Amino acid sequence: MAQSEVTAQRAVAHHPALAHHFENLEQQREASTLGMWIFLITEIMFFGGLFLAYSIYRSWYPQVFAEASHHLDIVLGGVNTVVLITSSLTMALAVYHSQVGNQRKLILFLVLTLLLGLTFLGIKVVEYSHKFHDGLIPGIHFRYDGPNPQQAQIFFWLYFAMTGLHALHMIVGAGILSFLIYFAWRGKYSPEYHSPVELSGLYWHFVDIVWIFLFPLLYLVGFHVKG
Amino acid sequence: MQQFPSEFKLMPEQASTMAGQVDALYFYLVGITLFFTVLIVSGIIFFAVKYRRRSPYEIPRPIAGSMKLETIWTLIPFLIAMSIFVWGAKVYFAQYRIPKDALDIYVVGKQWMWKMQHPTGQREINELHIPMGRKVRLTMTTEDVIHSFYIPDFRVKMDVVPGRYTQMWFDATKPGRYHLFCAEYCGMNHSKMGGTIVVMRPDEYQAWLSGNASQMSPAQLGEQHFQNLGCTTCHLNGGRDAGGRGPQLAGIFGKPVQLETGQTVIADENYLRESILNPGAKIVAGYSAIMPTYQGQVTEEQLLQLIAYIKSLTPQGGSGTAAASATSNSTSANTNAGAQSSGSPSGQRR
Amino acid sequence: MSTAVIHTPAEAAKPRTTYLNAGYTLKSWLLTLDHKRIGILYLLGVSFFFLIGGIYATLIRLELLTPQGDLVSAQTYNKLFTQHGIMMVFFFLIPSIPAVFGNFLLPIMIGAKDVAFPRLNLLSWYIYMTGALFASYAMFAGGVDTGWTFYPPYSTNYANTYVIATGLGIFIAGFSSILTGLNFIVTIHTMRAPGMTWYRLPLFVWAHYATSLIQVLGTPVLAITLLLVALERTVGIGIFDPRLGGDPVLFQHLFWFYSHPAVYIMVLPAMGVVSEIIATFSRKPIFGYKFVAFSSLAIAVFGFLVWGHHMFTSSQSVYAGMIFSLISYAVAIPSAIKVFNWTATMYRGSISYDSPMLYAMGFIGLFLIGGLTGLFLAALGLDVHVHDTYFVVAHFHYVMVGGSLLAYLGAMHYWWPKMTGRLYPEGWARFAALVVFVGFNLTFFPQFILGYLGMPRRYHTYVPEFQLLHVLSTAGASILAVGLILPAIYLLWSLKRGPIAPADPWMATGLEWRTSSPPPPENFERTPVVTWNAYEFRPQEETEIIGPPSEPDVSKRN
Repeated sequence: MAQSEVTAQRAVAHHPALAHHFENLEQQREASTLGMWIFLITEIMFFGGLFLAYSIYRSWYPQVFAEASHHLDIVLGGVNTVVLITSSLTMALAVYHSQVGNQRKLILFLVLTLLLGLTFLGIKVVEYSHKFHDGLIPGIHFRYDGPNPQQAQIFFWLYFAMTGLHALHMIVGAGILSFLIYFAWRGKYSPEYHSPVELSGLYWHFVDIVWIFLFPLLYLVGFHVKG
Repeated sequence: MQQFPSEFKLMPEQASTMAGQVDALYFYLVGITLFFTVLIVSGIIFFAVKYRRRSPYEIPRPIAGSMKLETIWTLIPFLIAMSIFVWGAKVYFAQYRIPKDALDIYVVGKQWMWKMQHPTGQREINELHIPMGRKVRLTMTTEDVIHSFYIPDFRVKMDVVPGRYTQMWFDATKPGRYHLFCAEYCGMNHSKMGGTIVVMRPDEYQAWLSGNASQMSPAQLGEQHFQNLGCTTCHLNGGRDAGGRGPQLAGIFGKPVQLETGQTVIADENYLRESILNPGAKIVAGYSAIMPTYQGQVTEEQLLQLIAYIKSLTPQGGSGTAAASATSNSTSANTNAGAQSSGSPSGQRR
Repeated sequence: MSTAVIHTPAEAAKPRTTYLNAGYTLKSWLLTLDHKRIGILYLLGVSFFFLIGGIYATLIRLELLTPQGDLVSAQTYNKLFTQHGIMMVFFFLIPSIPAVFGNFLLPIMIGAKDVAFPRLNLLSWYIYMTGALFASYAMFAGGVDTGWTFYPPYSTNYANTYVIATGLGIFIAGFSSILTGLNFIVTIHTMRAPGMTWYRLPLFVWAHYATSLIQVLGTPVLAITLLLVALERTVGIGIFDPRLGGDPVLFQHLFWFYSHPAVYIMVLPAMGVVSEIIATFSRKPIFGYKFVAFSSLAIAVFGFLVWGHHMFTSSQSVYAGMIFSLISYAVAIPSAIKVFNWTATMYRGSISYDSPMLYAMGFIGLFLIGGLTGLFLAALGLDVHVHDTYFVVAHFHYVMVGGSLLAYLGAMHYWWPKMTGRLYPEGWARFAALVVFVGFNLTFFPQFILGYLGMPRRYHTYVPEFQLLHVLSTAGASILAVGLILPAIYLLWSLKRGPIAPADPWMATGLEWRTSSPPPPENFERTPVVTWNAYEFRPQEETEIIGPPSEPDVSKRN
């Protein structure tokens, strides 16, 4: 912490974005970054409950899970993985350009990230509707012709819960990006003050990483265990 | 309720072999609690009186701490805690290491009653007669929610969980009538889900048994279900060698079974249960998943009886009345549960 | 007797601005971003829900006077104990000390103007109120009868009460807890005043840091668990349903993964309060400061590894039981360290018997018994007998009521002058502390005996031989109730009639006593620079008040 410089910085600390209870922008940035990291930890714990349920049921019914995972579309899932990783790249570039103060490129990469995010959600909608047509929506209408439909239902249940929760985070992320684009367009961010972009970047990468775990666990598990 | 003593007590009756062990541990802990409570409370009172404030603005000399003291009061509680842990674990093992040579009683809980069946067929509800001085093993499940079988005077308790079997055992030491409680909250009449354990001298118990002996034993009933459900069509004695489409069941109980996935499981009650209700979950190596599920077709009690029947089977076709008819056609084929003996036949996968 | 600042007549006539008189409109309270006002808002909230939980408790104790269950029906009784548990655990104990006193004091104690995220702080109060009102609505509309533990399959497939609505209330309130924890962690990390190093922090702050870690790490798991219960109830996903291939015991693992650490959310802040009080009223630094500080963290960390000790009879593996038992004993050690250090702090101190100190000493005694009886429950073989009996009920009430509630009352009396600027009648306060102590012991000590005799918990009716002990317990509960109503009366009375409190009525050390009572909106006139350690007691003439000039403090006590 930069407390020794507190008095020195107070004179210059009249940035419009500085909240009254902080001594200076540095302290404010530090606080919001730490806050974001802690928020992401709570997110990990939140998803953690589902990952735990997944691991337990998969270790109980490995074959059923392998079998059921063949009903997922690996091509669409794979494309989505690529889309999402690319969006992380564009997000990272957006953060970089906010740091150097290149407003045009910042907006460009934010828009690209948003478009990639929406592409991901679009593909997800297509996948969900396929599942609906195949009668693989657990609880509501579930017709599974493989062996052990009950345990397969748990798999699909987990599939929808985990990808659904992830998609919800993507939707929230898209909303955040829209705000960022608006404020970037209004010229609110500068090399001195760009923590909203940076923190949204952290969030976006987190959502991305969750998918990196979901994809193999849900789509590729069938290749691991012989069906 | 006049059978129960109603005078004031501090301790429950000691009516099983376990009670003394648990109480000894209890007294050890009561001793520790008394010691530390007296030590700390008298310390606080002593300091509070001795060092009471004498003038409003006095400031005593600060004392930062003492590494020596901290070490002492970290280590001593730690050692005491470990002694409790070891003792507690020892008793726990005694409670849950289920003896083999015991009287088998099957228990099914449901909202809000306990249904019990003796190995000789007698059924009881909310009352269980058992002989004194003989180990009794309960195999328990429930038709609905979680219950817990609790006999305070025996110091034993075990949750009864839907979808699986749990076991507990005890060895009663005193004739008498003892409370049976449900200890896991199970809905509206949870507090009424209880009854009485009646411990009888062995001769009395025999007399009681013969007075109620009109019923078939669980294994005999299980054999009936085995026929009625058509299990005999596939589960021939001799398994595949005898032309059966399912594994042979005689003698598999308690033995390891090789699965198609390469894993090995012990064929215990829970495995048999799963194989009846959910046959696709664990396929025996060399067999295919053709068995339909019997979920919804058998009640919890029938399931326990089926399992009792399978337990009673021996490959030789010996053991008791029940096994005789099912194994009558192949007394010589001693292939012992087909699958496991041949050490995972490969290449027979679908 | 102090360095009274000389006021010009004009200055003295103008009342100084405090957080209380900064605005009188409803809006100035409901939209406030001031951590102190938010603390007061929480105080109103938790007091209200404590009252409701207390009414449920009263009805439970009345019902248990007789073995037949003649006051209320079985169904009603089941709702009463469920709702008592839910109200007290989720809407009183968990927010009580952190959200009221933590919010009010933590920023002042570290010399900050506010918490790091004031908007989030206000939001968390609204979330809490929404969740709590939602749960209350569910309780009044139809009630819930699953026990506060929501064990499936009863909660998912059998109960036909308002399980989802209540669960949703707890789910919502959980986010309030997460946000408070997040706010505190960030505040403690980034907002400390110059010179306020980690080892100069009051132990109250350390305790809240540890608490916040649990809130942040544990609560999301509870949230997802309750969500799963709701889904299981509505669409039958089968995750806890054995008929669909699921496992009801999995719920117990998930639930206790949060709910055991939640016990430490309730008791760690209480330990922080007691550290403050013991130091102040012994006028000595806490013996072994670092041991007490790090034992809080140790409790928070180990607390996450012991959830399975709630499940020794649940059919989990014997070896899992052994590991959970072993780690449970590891948790006992840091708690023991604290108790020894508090006691040692009193050695050669200057001990006064002011009401906060009475509560703190009561806390040590009762928490000690609560903790030691925890050893009974962690002992595998013994737990089999006492699990799910009144022994457990007595044990956790000794920790939750004898521990957390007594500390909460102690905190209330200790910081009341700071929060309201008024002193309360000390004689009544001491009397009430005594009544609470006696009533509490009479209520819950008989329950240990009941439990060992084998009386299961959550029983509407019981066998007649348990009646005597139940009658004793109910008698104790009525005394306890008197002890709880008394402070409500004289504290409210003091708001209008109490003598004006000086900045530091106790000659205490924390930064909160270096500003005026009640504090100004920004806490201090200028950012304090800390050059002293925690609990460095000095003559009052040498301590500087870093706030606006206080009211002339001639009304000093002692």
